[in-house]
Amino acid sequence: MTNPLTAPRGAPIIAVSNLVKQFGRFTALRGVNAEFDAGKFYVILGDNGAGKTTLLRALAGLTDPTRGEISILGKKPHEASRDLGYMAHPSLLYDEMSGMENLLYFDKLYDIAGNSRCEQAIQAVGLDAELSRPVGKYSQGMRQRMSLARAILHDPKILFLDEPFSNVDLHSAREMVGLLKGMRDAEKTILVVTHQAALLEGTADEFVWMQAGQIVDRTNHLARGHLAPGDAPAGEP
Amino acid sequence: MKRAFPILAVLTALLLVYAFYQALWVAPTDALQGEVYRIIYYHVPSAWTAFLLFFINFIASVQYLANARPSTARAARWIVIAIGIIGFVAPFIPQVKQQLPTGMYPSSVATTFLIITGLYFVIGKYFVDQDLDVLAVTTAEVGVVFCSIVLVTGPIWARPVWGIWWAPGDIRLTSTLVLWLIYVSYLVLRRFSDSAQTQKLAAVLAVFGALDVPLVYFSIWFFRTQHPQPVIGGGGSMDPRMLHVLLISWMAFLCFAFLVCWSRYRLEKLSREVEEAEALESLLEPAGLAGPSSAVKTPLSRGSK
Amino acid sequence: MRSFWSIALATLTKDIRLEWRSKDALNAMLFFSLLVVVIFVFSFDPLAEESRHIVGGLVWVAFLFAAVVALNQTWARELRNQVLDAYRVSPAPANALFLAKAIGNFILVSLLEALMAPLFVIFYNLRVLGPAWQLIPVALLGTWALVVNGTFFAAMSLRTRSRELMLPLLLFPVSIPAVISMVAATTSILTGDDPAHFYIVLLLSYDVVFSTACLALFETVLQAE
Repeated sequence: MTNPLTAPRGAPIIAVSNLVKQFGRFTALRGVNAEFDAGKFYVILGDNGAGKTTLLRALAGLTDPTRGEISILGKKPHEASRDLGYMAHPSLLYDEMSGMENLLYFDKLYDIAGNSRCEQAIQAVGLDAELSRPVGKYSQGMRQRMSLARAILHDPKILFLDEPFSNVDLHSAREMVGLLKGMRDAEKTILVVTHQAALLEGTADEFVWMQAGQIVDRTNHLARGHLAPGDAPAGEP
Repeated sequence: MKRAFPILAVLTALLLVYAFYQALWVAPTDALQGEVYRIIYYHVPSAWTAFLLFFINFIASVQYLANARPSTARAARWIVIAIGIIGFVAPFIPQVKQQLPTGMYPSSVATTFLIITGLYFVIGKYFVDQDLDVLAVTTAEVGVVFCSIVLVTGPIWARPVWGIWWAPGDIRLTSTLVLWLIYVSYLVLRRFSDSAQTQKLAAVLAVFGALDVPLVYFSIWFFRTQHPQPVIGGGGSMDPRMLHVLLISWMAFLCFAFLVCWSRYRLEKLSREVEEAEALESLLEPAGLAGPSSAVKTPLSRGSK
Repeated sequence: MRSFWSIALATLTKDIRLEWRSKDALNAMLFFSLLVVVIFVFSFDPLAEESRHIVGGLVWVAFLFAAVVALNQTWARELRNQVLDAYRVSPAPANALFLAKAIGNFILVSLLEALMAPLFVIFYNLRVLGPAWQLIPVALLGTWALVVNGTFFAAMSLRTRSRELMLPLLLFPVSIPAVISMVAATTSILTGDDPAHFYIVLLLSYDVVFSTACLALFETVLQAE
C-alpha cells in the first residue's frame, strides 16, 4: 500500500480484511473485506441487521473486532483517532449546553487551538454560533447539524456518519449533503450509513451494499435491480 | 486424563476419611479447650486452601490483563522475577530479619516468594489467554466455597470457647470476611455484566481486591493493638501431634479442592466450546437463510444495522 | 502531558458549570443528606453517654450513603446521547476524563459532608477532645478514598445490569480498610484517647495505591463496550 499520508486522491486509506464481529451467538459481521480510497464519498446501504452500524463503529474504533484487521491511514483505528470524525443518530452532545459551549469543550479533547475553529464549524453547518439555546431544545434537524459540526470540528481526514439524515427535515438534510459534498471536494474521505440514499444520488462516488454481515455489491449508482426495503423514496424525510 | 479423575476421587475420599479419623480420634485433646477445638482441623485447612485459590486467581487475572499486549506481558514477567529475587534475599538481611513477626522464619518467607514467582511462570506456561480466565473463574468460585466454610466454622468454634460469636478485632477472621466479600462481588460482577469485556473487568476487580488485602490486614492489626480483643483461633505454638493432623487435613482438603476445580474447569471449558461452536455456526450460516426464525434468535436485531 | 491536564480541567469546569445550571440534582442530594442525619439522630439517642464513641462511625456511614447517591449519577450526563462515544473516538486519554470526574465527585461529596458534619455536631453536642485539626486530613483523605474507587466502579457498573446496585456492591468490600481507618481515626480524635497518626498514614497509602490503580486501569474499563 502506498504511504497513506501522502497518498493522492484515489489511493486506499482504509483497508478491512476478514473482519468478523460477534456478540455472543449473534454474528454482525461475517468476514468483511474492503478497501476505501482517499477523497471519495461512500454510501453504505442494506437492511436492518446487515451490519452497517457495526462496520462503522469498528472502523471508528468503538468496537473491537472478534477477528480480522482494520487499517486506517496505516494505523489501528485508536491510533488514527486524530484524523477520524464520527457522527451517529444520538447527538453525542450535552443537552444542557449551547452548541458553541459543546464545541468549545470537544475542541479541548483534540488539543487544537480554538474558538475560531468552533465558530467556523457551526457556520459551516448553517447554524448561528451566537445561539445560546441549549442543544436539548433544538429541533432534530438543528441537532443533527450541530452533531455534524462536532464531528468535523478538528478537520478530520475521514468522516464516519451513521444515519445523519434520519428524522431530519428536507431542508436541513439537503444542506448537510451540500456540506458533505464540499468536504469530499476538499479531499476528505466520507462514509455514510443511511436508509435515505436517494438524497445522495449524484453526490456519492460509490454505493456499498451490505447484507447479513457481508458486502455483497458495490455500484456507482443507486440501482441494484430493485430498491432494498427500508430505502425511502426520494424526498421523504 | 479421564482415568485419572476417578482414581484421584477415590484417593481423595480415602484421604478425607483418614483425616476425619485423625482429627476426631487420634489427635490429642486440647488442654484448655477440650474436644471443641477439633473444629480447627476443618477451619484452618479451609482457610489455607481458600487463600491459595484466591492467590491463583490473582495471578491468573494479572496475567490475563498483562498478556493483552506483548510489551506489558514482558514487563509483568520482569517485575515478578524482581519480586522473587528481592523476596528471596531480603529476609536474610539483618534489618529486615528484625521486622519479621515472631515465629516466622526467614527461610520460610524466602521460599514463599520463590513459590510466588514459580507459580506465576508455571501458570503462564500451562494456561494461555482464555484458559487464564477460565482458571480465574474456577478458583474464584471454589475459593468462595472454602472461604464460606472458614466463616461458618469460625463463629461455631468461638461461641463455646470464648462465649462470643464474633470479634471485630480478630484479624484473621475479619480479613477472611473482607476477602469473601470481595470475591462474592467478583462473582456478582461476572454474572451481571453483559459486556463483551466482562473478563477484563473481572480481572481488574481481582487486582483491586488483591491490592486491598494487605491494607485490610494493617487496618485491623492497628485497630486491635489499640483495642485489645479476644483472638479467635489462638496464636502461639502448637503440639507437634496436632500440627501433624492439621497437615494431613490440609492435604485432604487440597486434593478435594483440586478435584472440584478440575471438574469446574472442564465444565467451563466445555461450555465455552459450545458457545464458540454456536458462534461459528452463526458465522457460517449462509446469507438468505436469515428470516423470521433467525430474527427471533438474535438478541440485537432491534435497531441494529 | 499538557493536554492531559487541560482536558481534565476542561472536563471538570464543564461538569461544575452543568451542575450549577440545573441545581435540582444538587438540591435533592443536599436534602437527602439532611434526611440521613435526621434518621441517625432518631435511631441513636444523642443523649447517651457513649455517643462520642460511636459518632465517628455514624458520621462516616452517613457520608457513605450520601456518597453512593452522588456517585451513582457520575456518568448520567455522558450516557444520555451517548456522549461517551465522542470521548472514546477522540485521542483524549481516558484517565484525564477519570480524574476530572473523580475530582468533581470529591467536590460534590465534600459539599454534602460540609452540610452533614455541623448537623452531627449540633445534634450530638459534640466536643472534640483530641487535636481537632487532624480531622481535616482524615476528612480529605477519607473522602478521596471513597470517591476515587466510587468513580471507577461507577464506570464499571455502566456495563452491567442493575447499575445502581452494582456500584455499592463493588465499592463497599474494597473500601473496608479505608472505612475502618476513617472511623477509628475520627473516634480517636473525638475522644482524644489514642493518636490517629497511623490511620492517617494508612488512609494516605490507600489513596496512593488506589488512585494509581484507577488511573492505570481506567482505559480498560472505558473501552469495554
